[in-house]
Amino acid sequence: MSDVQTIEIMQGILARHAKQEGPLLPILHSVQAEYGFIPVDVVQIIADHLNITRAEVHGVISFYHDFRDAPAGKHIIKICRAEACQSVGANALSDRALEKLGVEWGGTTANSSVTIEAVYCLGLCACGPAAMVDGKVVGRVDGAKLDKLLAEAGA
Amino acid sequence: MKIYIPLDSAAKAVGADDVADAILLEANTRGLDIEVIRNGTRGMIWLEPLVEIETESGRVGYGIVDVADVPALLDGKLESLGVVEDLDWMKGQTRLTFQRCGITDPLSLTDYEAHGGLTGLRNAIAMTPAGIVEEVTNSGLRGRGGAGFPTGIKWNTVLGAQADQKYIVCNADEGDSGTFADRMIMEGDPFTLIEGMIIAGLAVEATQGYVYLRSEYPDAIDIMEKAVVLARAAGILGADVLGSGRAFDMEIRVGAGAYVCGEETSLLNSLEGKRGVVRAKPPLPALEGFLGKPTVVNNVISLATVPVVMEKGAAHYADFGLGRSKGTMPIQIAGNVKFGGLYETAFGLPLGDLIDKIAGGTLSGRPVKAVQVGGPLGAYMPRSKFDTPFAYEEFDGQGGLIGHAGVVVFDDSTDMLGMARFAMEFCAVESCGKCTPCRIGAVRGVETIDRIGKGDTDAIELLEDLCETMKDGSLCALGGFTPFPVMSALQNFPDDFATKKEAAE
Ligand SMILES: Cc1cc2nc3c(=O)[nH]c(=O)nc-3n(C[C@H](O)[C@H](O)[C@H](O)COP(=O)(O)O)c2cc1C
Ligand code: SF4
Ligand code: FES
Repeated sequence: MSDVQTIEIMQGILARHAKQEGPLLPILHSVQAEYGFIPVDVVQIIADHLNITRAEVHGVISFYHDFRDAPAGKHIIKICRAEACQSVGANALSDRALEKLGVEWGGTTANSSVTIEAVYCLGLCACGPAAMVDGKVVGRVDGAKLDKLLAEAGA
Repeated sequence: MKIYIPLDSAAKAVGADDVADAILLEANTRGLDIEVIRNGTRGMIWLEPLVEIETESGRVGYGIVDVADVPALLDGKLESLGVVEDLDWMKGQTRLTFQRCGITDPLSLTDYEAHGGLTGLRNAIAMTPAGIVEEVTNSGLRGRGGAGFPTGIKWNTVLGAQADQKYIVCNADEGDSGTFADRMIMEGDPFTLIEGMIIAGLAVEATQGYVYLRSEYPDAIDIMEKAVVLARAAGILGADVLGSGRAFDMEIRVGAGAYVCGEETSLLNSLEGKRGVVRAKPPLPALEGFLGKPTVVNNVISLATVPVVMEKGAAHYADFGLGRSKGTMPIQIAGNVKFGGLYETAFGLPLGDLIDKIAGGTLSGRPVKAVQVGGPLGAYMPRSKFDTPFAYEEFDGQGGLIGHAGVVVFDDSTDMLGMARFAMEFCAVESCGKCTPCRIGAVRGVETIDRIGKGDTDAIELLEDLCETMKDGSLCALGGFTPFPVMSALQNFPDDFATKKEAAE
């Protein structure tokens, strides 16, 4: 069962998307913007609202890389692993990041400060290697710049 | 004094915001009267942040500008690159789709109109739907999203379909590595995409449009959303487009990080709020697309090119190019290159000229080993294929594809077995899961390449077999084209697959 507060928040979100055609993705983005992840509680609420099954909503959530079912760290750092960035040293950069943080892709540091994710192209391919910190783009990332980003994020 | 500092995310990624702040602060301290305009990028990404100062002789450029350079810049003591329009890189281009990008303030409609914006739409309003479709057909414009399907023919199908509602869907999922033209135009000249979508709407009698924009592009999302609001407020979008009595409105939709959602039917499923699984064709989206209604699905660049076609006429556009590849292509030069960025030119330039002359060779200074054109599903071209003209049929004839025209350069330190492995791994991660050759084949592909890497040469034949199966048995190009990078790496760089064996023995 979801609590009163959850229901209230969800009513607001669903109302905001009431006029859209095919609103499930926008709804999920709004939920994740609100909570930082998609809480299990809201799946049934969304399913009831759109008149689809709980399984269908779950199927959509699990299909897309963006949606998470648990909170992430305080900061999300994404490193581009695609070809153009590889050609200028992204692999070494990724190795360095994972080693410094002591986690695998998708993992969160023990102090919950950083979640590190792989991303396949940020459109910064002419100024790679590229990364993104909490939605902010960073280009020409070298070892020193990476260390600084990690330190600023409290890793 | 007018100072231009790009707001493009590639410029921001290398410090443009900090430079803009520093200039404003310094100007304030000195009591200077300056106006800072955040323009799009000119596409010379290697020079970003590229700051321009308006002078009597034109806009003079400075790059790469660092925050520390700001006092010297305002003192007039920083060494300039000269007038930006006169730089070889700019002069060599034929800018049609990107005519305004980097020049104007992306969110100024006044600027947009002063530089030719809305002329195409006004011309279209005076025409019949069939007339617009004919003009676009005559321009020879082919889909810039990958397959190169003639845009006019697609529109004609949608125009001919009977329905109470039709849609224009813009594919802004731009997932290919090495591509950023869609992002650049959306951030640098968003109204041209909006204008193109409205013209498409008028042409096929659709009244609603969607831009499906990848979530990896937060800056583009922000600018497009603002541009839509401005266009609506100005009566360009809405119930009465520029007083024409015809309606067209649109919405920006954000994807959720799945490469396959760039495939048009998967995109439509995603837009409808479903898993982004590929649909079998037929039915074509042109007949049964979004919510089962006739839908034009076009790439950003295809749609953003429509205004200039309608502004200058089909013949003007079709005059550029080579053979059946008409007009210009915004080529995106990326990876290990000295001069990376966007270069719009008529089709037909030899690949080698692009790499050695325009891109200036590698950034590392080492020899070029391979060039991957057309994203993760594109072939790796060796130097021996550098005389291939940049055009659809010509690339096809060399076992390659131009796709979205992303060109990624690799130097001789690149391990091509590793790149082949990556292609398979990418396919495995991004497969929509609908067909076995793609879903399972890619996973087995990674294992097989690992076997080759360990010196098992028998596995090479197995890999070839597997690629055949994926090519023949996959429903869409994700599984069907992954063999391109894999097989081209194997065929053109056999040493990288064989030396492993010797090393292991
Ligand atoms: C796996 C896959 C990914 C694709 N990704 C994109 C993309 O990101 N952007 C795009 O415009 N087309 C992409 N396409 C091509 C589209 O399916 C479709 O051909 C295109 O959007 C049609 O528009 P156009 O005719 O203007 O090129 C992709 C195709 C496949 C098979
Ligand atoms: S080839 Fe791959 S991505 Fe395409 S439909 Fe089949 S499983 Fe899905
Ligand atoms: S390949 Fe890394 S940003 Fe495009």
